Amino acid sequence: MAPAALPSSAVSLRGAVALSGRFPLLAGVDLEVAVGETVLVEGPNGAGKTSLLRVCAGLVPLASGRLSVLGLDPARNRTTVRRRVGLLSHDSHLYDDLTVIENVRFAVRAAGGDTSRIDPACERWGLVGRLAKTPAGKLSAGQRRRVALAVLTARWPEVWLLDEPHAGLDAAARTLLDQAVLEAAGAGVTVLIASHESGPVEELAARAVTMTGGRVTAERSLVPPSTTKAPSVAPEIAPDVPGAAREDGRVAHVA
Amino acid sequence: MTSDLTALPVSGPPAAPVPDARVDPPPVQSSRSKLVERVIGVTALVGIAATVWLGLWVTPPDKVQGDLVRLVYIHPGVAWVALYLAFGLAAVSSLLYLWPRTRSLFWDRLAAAAVEVGVVFNICTLVSGSIWGKPTWGVWWAWDARLTLTAVLLVLFLGYLALRRIPAEPEVRARRSAFVALFAAIDIPLVHFSVNWWNTLHQGATVLNPGLKLKIHGSMAWTLLLGFLALTLAFVWMLLVRYRVGVLEDWLAANELDFALAERQSEGAGPSGTDPGAGPGKGPSGEGPSGEGPTGDRVGVA
Amino acid sequence: MWRDAALVAGKDLRIEGRSRVALSQVAPFGVVALVLFAFALGPDRQVMAKGAPGLFWVAVLFCTVLAIQRSVSVESSDGARDGLRLSGIDPAGLYLGKAVAVAAQLIVLEVLLAAGVVLLYGARIEVPWMIVVSCVLGTVGLAATGTLYGALLSGLRVRETLLPFLLLPIAAPVLLAGTRIWQAAMAGGTPASGLQWLRLLVVFDAVYLAVGVVLFGPIQETA
Repeated sequence: MAPAALPSSAVSLRGAVALSGRFPLLAGVDLEVAVGETVLVEGPNGAGKTSLLRVCAGLVPLASGRLSVLGLDPARNRTTVRRRVGLLSHDSHLYDDLTVIENVRFAVRAAGGDTSRIDPACERWGLVGRLAKTPAGKLSAGQRRRVALAVLTARWPEVWLLDEPHAGLDAAARTLLDQAVLEAAGAGVTVLIASHESGPVEELAARAVTMTGGRVTAERSLVPPSTTKAPSVAPEIAPDVPGAAREDGRVAHVA
Repeated sequence: MTSDLTALPVSGPPAAPVPDARVDPPPVQSSRSKLVERVIGVTALVGIAATVWLGLWVTPPDKVQGDLVRLVYIHPGVAWVALYLAFGLAAVSSLLYLWPRTRSLFWDRLAAAAVEVGVVFNICTLVSGSIWGKPTWGVWWAWDARLTLTAVLLVLFLGYLALRRIPAEPEVRARRSAFVALFAAIDIPLVHFSVNWWNTLHQGATVLNPGLKLKIHGSMAWTLLLGFLALTLAFVWMLLVRYRVGVLEDWLAANELDFALAERQSEGAGPSGTDPGAGPGKGPSGEGPSGEGPTGDRVGVA
Repeated sequence: MWRDAALVAGKDLRIEGRSRVALSQVAPFGVVALVLFAFALGPDRQVMAKGAPGLFWVAVLFCTVLAIQRSVSVESSDGARDGLRLSGIDPAGLYLGKAVAVAAQLIVLEVLLAAGVVLLYGARIEVPWMIVVSCVLGTVGLAATGTLYGALLSGLRVRETLLPFLLLPIAAPVLLAGTRIWQAAMAGGTPASGLQWLRLLVVFDAVYLAVGVVLFGPIQETA
């Protein structure tokens, strides 16, 4: 089912069911992510990608099943897990009345991050000069996303959970984001990216899992990032798991 | 660190795989509990009837208060149930729910039932106290310390019930209600002292709890005792019934979940997954708005 | 915990400094309430002076509800509440920080309302230190309970109507104590009678602060 797991896993789910009211966000997810791995979570809207990331961040408790993040149970070691995990979600968690720089400072300090990394991170994402002193309420969606990314790169947690990270970003920011992800991956950070787009985002990950209906239903290997040059090409075939069906370059099997 | 999943810390109830989408049979009341409920109910009814008969016809009127004293068979009884029994039960049950080792929806349902029945008795206390007060003090309400406390408790009860009406998962609702009950429980002693000190500073209004100055003896004492017992039994019976209704309500709500789970799981399934003509949203392969990716030629573009 | 509390309090007060909601909306409402009380009780200043302590504290309670609503709604912008949870900030620190911020705003409002009560109702204060201490203690109690209930109801759409209904009965001891202490400290009162009420306020504050510090974490995960 899952590929042979490395000795230490960053994220492990088995039979995870998570509810929102009566609605099952996750209906039995099995997933294993090794430390330092970059995994792309794909699937149509409503498949549960966002919920998966939120569960891994410890925001949503499991109704049943098992979850382990960095070897810890998020329900029991709440603060520790949250400080070592960074979630980039649809919301940017900004206070409209505070300026960009005040928001970044607050977010990083609240998460116990290193305050000396704040200024370099803001420069990296272009949050300098007048923009830095703009109240967050006046920002565009793309700018808010950049602020959230600045917070993430300043904190530099061990696990990055990115929910549709490219949404709302212009081409320049997308490139910056890709660079940041590759840099993090190179530094041993575990990255989970949820995206319903394919194309450039696939170059960041080594593996892609597909979610539908609240479960992981398929899995495939992607070309390792360092060997891809062209933007959007059919991935080369990685050695497939024995016994799986092969269809047109994709290794697909139901978990 | 082992990657063996069985060594993982458990973060939910151990192990069952995805719950089966199967409707549970409705909870059935065992015949023994049905019998107990009926016995308690009948006894309570008989007791109350006896109290009424004794109170209204058999026992003598008081020298000072005349026939008004007959309320003593009802008022202290309902007051005891509302202020101590119902409230105490709700507070203790809520605490037991919050305590991890004894956490169980049983306590939550019990607390909710206690509060709801407590509201009934609370209103009876206020009404009977008011009826007693009119001839005694001349006004329908004189801010007597006890009655004021009862009124505040009623508002707290109603707040608890209002909070429970908000639709939520049973566990979330239970936690929220339990916290509110806990805060109210902490507040009541403080309100009690406040209101008592508040009242004693006023020379004008009488602080006499109508029951205090009575000499109760003979048949009056027995009737009083009977009243207490009968009303307590009535509370217990109403509590049992309300609890049972709560269980049924939760069963009804829970089975909606199983239907939802079944539907959700079937979202991704289906033999039409690789059919180019398949409708959007079906099939295990990632299609949807990005059908133009490298796998796009495999599935129908939405 | 203290560091996180200072961080959160600073953030909330900075937001208040920018948006000036308490100053421009809540304060005028408090003054309007005082004026309305005057209309309700008639122009006889004797009556108003006698009722001044109670009216002051009722106005404070109304302002508290508004301040708490504002404190909670600040976190609903852009999913900030989730952001606070995700940051792993100490829940007890978060609680104290928000309570301190609310208390600070309330103190400023109370100074304004006290001035209003003295001017509009002709109340005369004999023992100022009791007034000040009662306001401080009462404010702490209101902020402590208000922040707690605000958090409990934070995600809910019915919070606007439910918060006053749930909070005000709980705050009844503060109202009773505050009124009595003010009465004791006014012209014609006996200061000694206010002391037991001060003690009650201290107990009230201590109890609810302790409850908040301990339970804010679980409450946060519930809402």
